[in-house]
Amino acid sequence: MDDRTTRDADMAARLYRSLRRIRRTEERIAEVYPSDRIKSPVHLSIGQESVAVGVCDVLGPDDVVAGTYRGHAAYLAKGGDLRAMMAELFGKVDGCARGKGGSMHLVDMDRNVLGCSAVVGSGIPVAVGYALAIRRRRQDRVVAAFYGDGASEEGCVYESLNFAALHKLPVLFVCENNGYAIHEPLSRRWAADRLTERVATFGIAARRLESDDVFAVRAAAAQGVAALRAGAGPVFLEVPTYRWREHVGPSEDYDAGYRSRDEAAPWMANDQVERVGALLPPEARAAIDAAVEAEIADALAFAEASPFPDARELHAHVYA
Amino acid sequence: MSTPERTLRYVDALREALVQEMDRDPDVFVFGLDVDDHKGIQGSTLGLAERFGPERCFTTPLSEDAMTGVAIGAAVAGMRPVHVHIRMDFLMLCMNQLVNMAAKTHYMYGGAAKVPLVVRSMIGKSWGQGAQHSQGLHAMFMHVPGLKVVAPSNAHDAKGCLIAAIRDDNPVIFMEHRLLYPLEAPVPEEPYTVPLGQARRMTRGDDITIVGVSNMAMECLRAEELLRDVGIGVDLIDPVSLVPLDIDTIAGSARRTRRLLVVDNGWITAGAGAEIAAAVAERLGPEGPLTVRRMGFAPTTCPTTPALERLFYPNPATIAETAHAMVRPGGPAWSPAPERAELAYQRSFKGPF
Repeated sequence: MDDRTTRDADMAARLYRSLRRIRRTEERIAEVYPSDRIKSPVHLSIGQESVAVGVCDVLGPDDVVAGTYRGHAAYLAKGGDLRAMMAELFGKVDGCARGKGGSMHLVDMDRNVLGCSAVVGSGIPVAVGYALAIRRRRQDRVVAAFYGDGASEEGCVYESLNFAALHKLPVLFVCENNGYAIHEPLSRRWAADRLTERVATFGIAARRLESDDVFAVRAAAAQGVAALRAGAGPVFLEVPTYRWREHVGPSEDYDAGYRSRDEAAPWMANDQVERVGALLPPEARAAIDAAVEAEIADALAFAEASPFPDARELHAHVYA
Repeated sequence: MSTPERTLRYVDALREALVQEMDRDPDVFVFGLDVDDHKGIQGSTLGLAERFGPERCFTTPLSEDAMTGVAIGAAVAGMRPVHVHIRMDFLMLCMNQLVNMAAKTHYMYGGAAKVPLVVRSMIGKSWGQGAQHSQGLHAMFMHVPGLKVVAPSNAHDAKGCLIAAIRDDNPVIFMEHRLLYPLEAPVPEEPYTVPLGQARRMTRGDDITIVGVSNMAMECLRAEELLRDVGIGVDLIDPVSLVPLDIDTIAGSARRTRRLLVVDNGWITAGAGAEIAAAVAERLGPEGPLTVRRMGFAPTTCPTTPALERLFYPNPATIAETAHAMVRPGGPAWSPAPERAELAYQRSFKGPF
């Protein structure tokens, strides 16, 4: 094999491992959920993993990710600690927020995962502020800020885009457009669906991808991050994607009436986990699968074994 | 022979605090609409941009909502932003970020992040400030765990509290009042902190405890002078900090006087006065009779016309009348002569600090 082929094979294995880790973690969460051991509502990203995985693959350890309340994928793709995440979902003291944040507020400052927020769009200006600090300190770091198409309806997101453009801040804005804000399709929320064109008017390099193909996402993110590191100012990517499960909770909801299984079918047929997995030699894939299952089993056991926070924790961390 | 104490105006004390903290710590920066223009937020940020450069003192798009988030993000990254609003009313545009993000970040991330942020804002009064330039909205922030709220009423405390707020690792809502800006007090030249959570006794007396918030601390001081004319001694307390609140000092005073009048620079309903009165009553109620009254803005929107605006606010005369009625219930009603009440405005507060 030549160098390039080796590099491509390494990349495929890396992307598959990350995709598979997120998919299986969330599938296991969905399985455990009915047992009531998880003490937090869960917004699963099953079907949308490739956006976070493609973007985070081009980020370094010092780069920063700001996720959303549907944040498991971004947290894990950036290297967030799986044990701490699972314990957090279980409400245990070893959780990444000591059990006080839950699924919607995952955080791992050691891995530069900024805390996630449940008030849609509210994390975006915070991510921009973090980028301002990076710029002021002349650090060679970038911030990837994820948000959904729903957040694109929040005023503070546009205020943030403007400020980031004005100060040429190193922010990669990634709009994960899954077409729905909870159960409302984009067509009931916007007269025009040109999200990317709107962002471009702020003077931001803005691009809409055709699909959530993980290699395409990765390539676009790599190009964007290179521009950020060159000081060109913020970059925006809109990535169409699809949420396979219900807005919140472990199940599918194609019988709820607001969308159909037919609509989901092409996305499932183009499942990025399967697609990238098929690129790997079977034994390599099996080894990754086994390692992922072992890590998840370990994290679940860790979460089970971790104690609940004691009563004193209620009043801890109100003030720093 | 001691050197005469240096006095500064409130506005200059604020600016001196900013200069000294920006000198001390390169992570401190000041931003907000118009902080770097020729007026410099009534002078309180004047010269900072020239001295520290446009990266450390800079204007913003209006965008109060996102700019608050930007401040939070920079604070989480370890910087110490001072976000400035020329009127407190504009903080309503920041409520989501202040309440849902700044106040909760440290807690909901289990201590993994902190938000050392100062939000400066100024309350307006008089000359037609009216409905949306005059509100004292501190009670809204006092309600939310995770925020600190301070309202210094003199130049000494303005400087010391602002330095303390900048050095604090929590989001601090720093309330100023436009009518306090020109008032002078002794202000040490060197940097110093006034601890957040320690009330200041402005006068000592045995007949009634009066608590005055923000500019109302000065109005109460003027009322104290009027009450002294009729032999009523006032224990006047400026809480300085509303969160954390030094209820020990206030309750300690009320334990002695058994009379508590809280005069707030805001509305009465669900206000700072309600909080202070309730906290004192909970503590002292079992010990015996306690007379409690609250004063504050009229339960209306603030009108612009002076004919109505003067009725909207407590003033030294109405505060003195209310206190008199509490101290001498059943006695003849009393009002200070209007020209005497006017004279009380010559009163200033020079400590002790």
